[in-house]
Amino acid sequence: MTTMTEAIRSPGANSVKALDLEQVRADFPVLRREVYGRPLVYLDTAASAQKPRQVIDAMTSIMEESYANVHRGVHRLSQESTDLFEGARERAARLLNAESSDEIVFTRGATEAINLVAFCCGEGLLQAGDEVIITALEHHSNIVPWQMLRDRKGIVLKVVPMLDDGSLDLEAYRKLLSERTRMVATTHISNSLGTITPVKKMIAEAKAQGDILVLVDGCQAVPHCQVDVRDLGADFYTFSAHKLYGPSGIGVLYGRKELLNSLPPYQGGGEMISSVTMEKSSFKAAPHRFEAGTPAIVEAAGLAAAIDYVQTLDYDAIQAHEQGLLSYATTQLSQIDGLRIFGTAPEKAAIVSFTLESAHPHDIGTILDRAGVAVRAGHHCAQPVMDRFEVAATVRASFGLYNTEAEVDALVAVLHKVKELFG
Amino acid sequence: MLDELRELYQEVILDHGKNPRNFRHPDDANRSAHGYNLMCGDTLFIYLTLDEEGVITDCAFKGKGCAISLASASLMTQTLKGLTEQQARALFERFHWLCTHDEPPEEDAVELDPEALERLEVLSGVRDFPVRVKCATLAWHTMTAALDGQQEVSTE
Repeated sequence: MTTMTEAIRSPGANSVKALDLEQVRADFPVLRREVYGRPLVYLDTAASAQKPRQVIDAMTSIMEESYANVHRGVHRLSQESTDLFEGARERAARLLNAESSDEIVFTRGATEAINLVAFCCGEGLLQAGDEVIITALEHHSNIVPWQMLRDRKGIVLKVVPMLDDGSLDLEAYRKLLSERTRMVATTHISNSLGTITPVKKMIAEAKAQGDILVLVDGCQAVPHCQVDVRDLGADFYTFSAHKLYGPSGIGVLYGRKELLNSLPPYQGGGEMISSVTMEKSSFKAAPHRFEAGTPAIVEAAGLAAAIDYVQTLDYDAIQAHEQGLLSYATTQLSQIDGLRIFGTAPEKAAIVSFTLESAHPHDIGTILDRAGVAVRAGHHCAQPVMDRFEVAATVRASFGLYNTEAEVDALVAVLHKVKELFG
Repeated sequence: MLDELRELYQEVILDHGKNPRNFRHPDDANRSAHGYNLMCGDTLFIYLTLDEEGVITDCAFKGKGCAISLASASLMTQTLKGLTEQQARALFERFHWLCTHDEPPEEDAVELDPEALERLEVLSGVRDFPVRVKCATLAWHTMTAALDGQQEVSTE
């Protein structure tokens, strides 16, 4: 397995098959629609990706043919649903190269996964005064749960600063690691700037320092590159299905098996217990210990189809395509007078955050929208990142496997119109 | 496409957005509030000076925002001077109506200055851009909060 960085440097020229872009676009029904009479140009994949026919069909099919509650019934439909549900877990395990599907916990999404880790580690492993390191690049979902734990348990929160180009200050990271550090929670790819963080190196350094757990938020990474949790050495790794061309409402938390089994449960209820009396209950082993209540069954079927979809297309091909788009977009956007790109780290995913001198991101967003171009305009749930660059908001164009250079051209053309209007 | 957008971004709005009027913090302001748009991060401070009779003698603002929110704040400061608290609230009600309805309301509870209404009419283009109504009304919500003695208000 290759990490993203390695793959960018040596894309294995012979082995990379190109994406059949026409076929890929045909797989996504929504790309056929028009917005305000213009073809949709969807450049907001980092917020949530569109869904291919394969995912839609898998979700429809389970509801039309096999749906029942999982792990419950003796009847045929329950068995079929359980097979589909557990099949999704196996696929997620293979996707991340986990050792076993018992290491895959289904959550509502990455946000819930991080809350689960913060809560359960807070109950089980972390003591007042223990230090947790996060980074300046984090999405709010990897900041707020730790602040809540700090306020509840008295842990100490430390933040790795970033450099002007949006990369992490690794020197500062090394200095923050100490015998008091018990946890590092870092993003794999920044959702607001696109920076790819050197997680493998960061994990190795944490492990060299001592008994430090590392959680990686892989929401933006899993859609774009092959992730190998064992190669990275991550203790926890999480992503949301909806950013991987799957449905909203389900996410994956990978955790090392013995680590998961050492943690107390998250929520109580059905599904997570082995026995209940009115006096006490005992809990199942991971992953079921962390999955109280009826899970997102239909969504799991969708996630399985999404994983199959990206793996069939091939990660090397997806990555080569997206890196091509990033480089084309960066070049084209840089030629616009007064446009400033935020996040110029050498290792970047296909996300371009920018401002225009003459117009506010919100106004740019409205004008792009009327031209059928969907972007995010705002703080991208990463206000500390915005504060670092002293802007309230940026425009973010984020690219997925279905985007084209012609769509970059459409974006650039409308930005020229913005300049025409705003001077 | 540009024609439609020019309905929203009229010259007056672009001008007020770029060169907002009354963009200052008056020393004698006796009511103020901070308004924050959670969705986009726009942030406005509205400063009001009311005399003993409750008449607004000065209105100014500071802050950061898009062309719509800055222009709206700027135009608001120009229309509030000389109004009573009640008239200012009534004007906001009418302004909110014109940002969200194509037809004028049947009648206003308080008689409004036609000149002020005409000045504000320029922002009515937002009615075709529902997600931008909050931008146009942020200054007004904040002004109301200042009158109510609230210090913070946020919209989303």
